[in-house]
Amino acid sequence: MNLDFSFFTSAVIKSFIFKGLIFSFQLTAVAMIGGMILGTFLALMRLSNKYYLSLPSSFYVNTLRSIPLVMVILWFYLLIPLILKRPIGAELSAFITFTFFQAAYYSEIMRAGILSVSKRQMAAGQALGLTYRQCMSYVVLPQAFRNMLPLFMTQTIILFQDTSLVYAIGAYDLLKGFEIAGRNFNRPVEMYLIAAFLYFVICFSLSKFTKLIHQKIKIIH
Amino acid sequence: MIQINNVSKWYDKFQVLNNCSTVINKGEVVVICGPSGSGKSTLIKTVNALEDFQQGDIIVNGISLSQKGIDLPKLRSRVGMVFQNFELFPHLNISENLVLAQIKVLKRQKTEALERGLKMLNRVGLSTHKNKFPGQLSGGQQQRVAIARALCMDPIIMLFDEPTSALDPEMVGEVLDVIVSLAEEGMTMMCVTHEMGFAKKVSHRVIFMDHGAIIEDLKSADFFGNNKKISPRATEFLSKIIQH
Repeated sequence: MNLDFSFFTSAVIKSFIFKGLIFSFQLTAVAMIGGMILGTFLALMRLSNKYYLSLPSSFYVNTLRSIPLVMVILWFYLLIPLILKRPIGAELSAFITFTFFQAAYYSEIMRAGILSVSKRQMAAGQALGLTYRQCMSYVVLPQAFRNMLPLFMTQTIILFQDTSLVYAIGAYDLLKGFEIAGRNFNRPVEMYLIAAFLYFVICFSLSKFTKLIHQKIKIIH
Repeated sequence: MIQINNVSKWYDKFQVLNNCSTVINKGEVVVICGPSGSGKSTLIKTVNALEDFQQGDIIVNGISLSQKGIDLPKLRSRVGMVFQNFELFPHLNISENLVLAQIKVLKRQKTEALERGLKMLNRVGLSTHKNKFPGQLSGGQQQRVAIARALCMDPIIMLFDEPTSALDPEMVGEVLDVIVSLAEEGMTMMCVTHEMGFAKKVSHRVIFMDHGAIIEDLKSADFFGNNKKISPRATEFLSKIIQH
């Protein structure tokens, strides 16, 4: 088998790869931020002693975590237009789906994080006159987030890899860029090799970067 | 200033507080002692409503805790509390620990809060540590910061829940010294402790508890002085802990 990478020029990167890379990054960033915010609320609901808050949250989290992402992507893509009575396009659909899907996973991490902070910290905050909400915002959640940062980033790396699943609804992501370029130049093997290498570099750097940040902000006990 | 009237508390069917009554007057230093599991910590925590109770009433500075809809954060902000395990916020440095509640609860300006915080830090002799994190300090230092943090809120009373129990022996003194100096300034205090030497030195009154009930509520001199005045149970307790 002869591998030939000579066709892989900056022009190819510009016209095929770049667009997909940007979309994959955007999708990761939006789903990460949106998912963490939504996930934090889900975690707080689930830890509440009011059943009308905890039950819906655990139903939501358990349901989404039991369904393969590809199916959720497809469902949202087919269902949202039915609800909104107009098509919303593959990309917007992907943003919404990934945010809601990731929220379920982030919420479980956040829940573990909140439980990792001693209850006595909450009591100490309340003894100073802070309200429940203030204790959560300034005392418990910041510690929960720091404790769980490695898990959050692992989940985000998985999220980045999962963005390739938007092929199911035909959105143009990083992998799709490689696939189309490979077909155009009739060099799919080379293209998939480069794609794998690029995914590796990105994910590996992210994980090294996480370690660095974690060292910086981790709590000294 | 604080009235505890016939307070009882149950965890399910297990009674942890049994009809406790006492009054803490302004400027009084009251030490609460007793064997473990006797309800000392629970009693002191009911005073700032960290623990609830099912019967009786507690009146703090004219406010009845059994009422519904009282402004608990406001009340708690005036009742300083120091915990056994310090409970500084480990993700914040010492200055941030000192100013957080001042800014969020008392709505002080940041500069004012910091000034007050550093004054209190200086008072407990740790002003050089203001930029460190709690984890970088020794247990004794952390507990002194915790006392400073409570003092920043201008409390009308200070509650100490076994403030030296989690400390290495050589650090007990530095924390007790701070508490003694507070007592000398006339701060009203309730202190759960096993340090009987300290109790003898600093307290005006001693409350002895067993099985959730207040067995003795005596002037310090009577509690420590004439053993005939106290019950056999308290005598036994005292002899056990003074032995070593």
